[in-house]
Amino acid sequence: MTTAFQARARAAIGNHQLHVALDRTTALLGLRRSTAVGSLDDFESVRSHARHAKMELLRHLGDSLRAFEERLLENGAQVHWADTGADANRIIVEIATRAGVRRVAKGKSMASEETHLNEALEHAGITVIETDLGEYIVQLANDRPSHIIMPIVHMTKEDVGLLMHERMHVPYSDDTQVLAQYARERLREEFLRAEMGVTGANFGVVENGTICLVTNEGNGRMVTTLPRVHVVLMGIEKLVPTMADLDRFLKLLARSATGQKLTAYTTLIRGPRRAGDDCGPEDVHVVLLDNGRTTILAGETAEILGCIRCGACLNACPVYRTIGGHAYGDVYPGPVGAIVTPGLRGIAHHAELPGASTLCGACRDVCPVRLDIPRMLLALRQEAVKETAQPIALRAGLKAFAAIASRPRAYRAAMKVMRRVLRARATDGWISRAPGLAAGWTASRDLKAPAAQTFEDRWRAYRAQRDAS
Amino acid sequence: VPPRGQLQLVPTCLVNEFHPDAGMAVARILERLGFDIHVPDGITCCGQPAYNAGFHDDARQVARHTLDVLTATEGPIVVPSGSCSDMLVHQYGELFRDHPADAERARGVAGRCREFSQFVAAHGGTEIGARLAPMRVAYHPSCHLLRGLGISREPQALIRSIEGVEPVPFAEQEECCGFGGLFSIKNPEISASMLDRKLAAVMVSGADRLVSCDLGCLLHLAGGLRRRGSTIATQHLAELMDEGLA
Repeated sequence: MTTAFQARARAAIGNHQLHVALDRTTALLGLRRSTAVGSLDDFESVRSHARHAKMELLRHLGDSLRAFEERLLENGAQVHWADTGADANRIIVEIATRAGVRRVAKGKSMASEETHLNEALEHAGITVIETDLGEYIVQLANDRPSHIIMPIVHMTKEDVGLLMHERMHVPYSDDTQVLAQYARERLREEFLRAEMGVTGANFGVVENGTICLVTNEGNGRMVTTLPRVHVVLMGIEKLVPTMADLDRFLKLLARSATGQKLTAYTTLIRGPRRAGDDCGPEDVHVVLLDNGRTTILAGETAEILGCIRCGACLNACPVYRTIGGHAYGDVYPGPVGAIVTPGLRGIAHHAELPGASTLCGACRDVCPVRLDIPRMLLALRQEAVKETAQPIALRAGLKAFAAIASRPRAYRAAMKVMRRVLRARATDGWISRAPGLAAGWTASRDLKAPAAQTFEDRWRAYRAQRDAS
Repeated sequence: VPPRGQLQLVPTCLVNEFHPDAGMAVARILERLGFDIHVPDGITCCGQPAYNAGFHDDARQVARHTLDVLTATEGPIVVPSGSCSDMLVHQYGELFRDHPADAERARGVAGRCREFSQFVAAHGGTEIGARLAPMRVAYHPSCHLLRGLGISREPQALIRSIEGVEPVPFAEQEECCGFGGLFSIKNPEISASMLDRKLAAVMVSGADRLVSCDLGCLLHLAGGLRRRGSTIATQHLAELMDEGLA
């Protein structure tokens, strides 16, 4: 039986264009990351500090959130709590409607992808423009992002040239500078026309209520200063305790995400425009989104809430590099998505995601917060076994395996049968077409036939011969 | 060589059933280093297939049996597999997190357990005078050995120590081969695509042999090379060393 995930993965594997695009970008980002990591003398100690700070914060998340809210209010921001994605969307639509907003300019926000905010705003008759170049192209293509920081990693520059030519009626080009210029001209008008800016947050600093945004295009700064209303949609896990911690996280994020020492723009926001300010919004709203995060916090994968969405695990993951982001079927792809998606949406419809990994550990190695992703994948596999239907052959097979492997004599006998059955199918010691569960295996590789004599038998014979001589 | 006491050789189920040559090579090398080798009576499988599939009750049943067998023995436990070693060293602790008595036994076993290359490199394995006709050898660092146990220097030092062997690097050498146990059965197409990438890199490296310390990866790589008509031979590191001692 082919599942929805397998069907999406298969389509991705057959898409040569996708592989070209994925290979180019993930290899480049991986290389840049390792170079950038080397540029920080005490990378490992920064990593340890950051991890410690985040895990401590998560242990007392409720207290931190209350303190953060107090600072936000002192700074003149308005705070909203959203239990679900639908709540967040309703709150943001209400803010827009009350302020008479017709046009929204958006900075890049995974949280808004998660809640499908654009659709909600559009449904209320509000025009939404994505201003991050990648997200702008996603919107233009009516597509979905396939990478956390590189939304259009699945597209080649030729794809983008063609898309812009068709949708924006500009001359075709495959020169990224020209393409960026096309978008920039269009976006400049949008920044000036938008009445409301919506962004995510990379970090929220508990000690003083600062919202931190990083971008490389400067669009974050435009979106947060030009429109008269600014709405921040952020997951409740985005907090860091202090400005000193923020410094560490910024070092880790830029290096891990794009291999930079620091992103081109780091925007720190502490409330609305004050008397004497030249620019800035009249109102700043912060919407704190739960949407399943407290459920994750109470379970085996709480650690994943320490994720800073750098995308390094995607670039390092051989499975992601093979199937791309869309195959994961939701907003967050790759190793982090295989944990976050079942956590946020429930394991029932995403039971295969934790299984879509060889547990190779490349993700854990590059994670700036040292999240033990393989451990969490294993925990979720266990949950999937408990809560979802498993192929009967697998369930029965493993049950039988456990019963037999704990009884040496039965095990020897069963293995002997297994060896005989497989050897009967072999030619020259190799099986090129296996039945049942192993059929997929032999579709693209041969299977070595088991040995005529086990190691244990050979060892006994060897020992006996040596002892005799 | 002065006698160095006894050790337990856990052959692993894949070596035992599919490739006993690797087990014999391991045993001969350990004997040459002066150890008195015992193969624990009644050893079966470490339970990793069930564990990785999320069937932890089943895995615990098998793991308890393995602990029964191993706690009745003495001396170091040598395992010619990174992934089975990682299972014994790291995953049993997780598996028995809520079972204090078994967790205690698991800690004892983990403390005695050494992966083959780790153990051999620490006991003079680079100085046993292995020599072979000139050949180029590519090394595939299996993921559980490299990233699970953090063992990287030892197997490479052992390869370099064989006279006549020229180690050859290849692109993205540390990337997974796509085996992943049941992963390659449940997701055979993704696995095959990962294997393609790995083998393409190995085949252009100019290697005559492809060596690793995990039978799972080796069966996967060997089956892939054969299907692609390659003449590159695959071997467990112990077999390469043993061949150099013959």
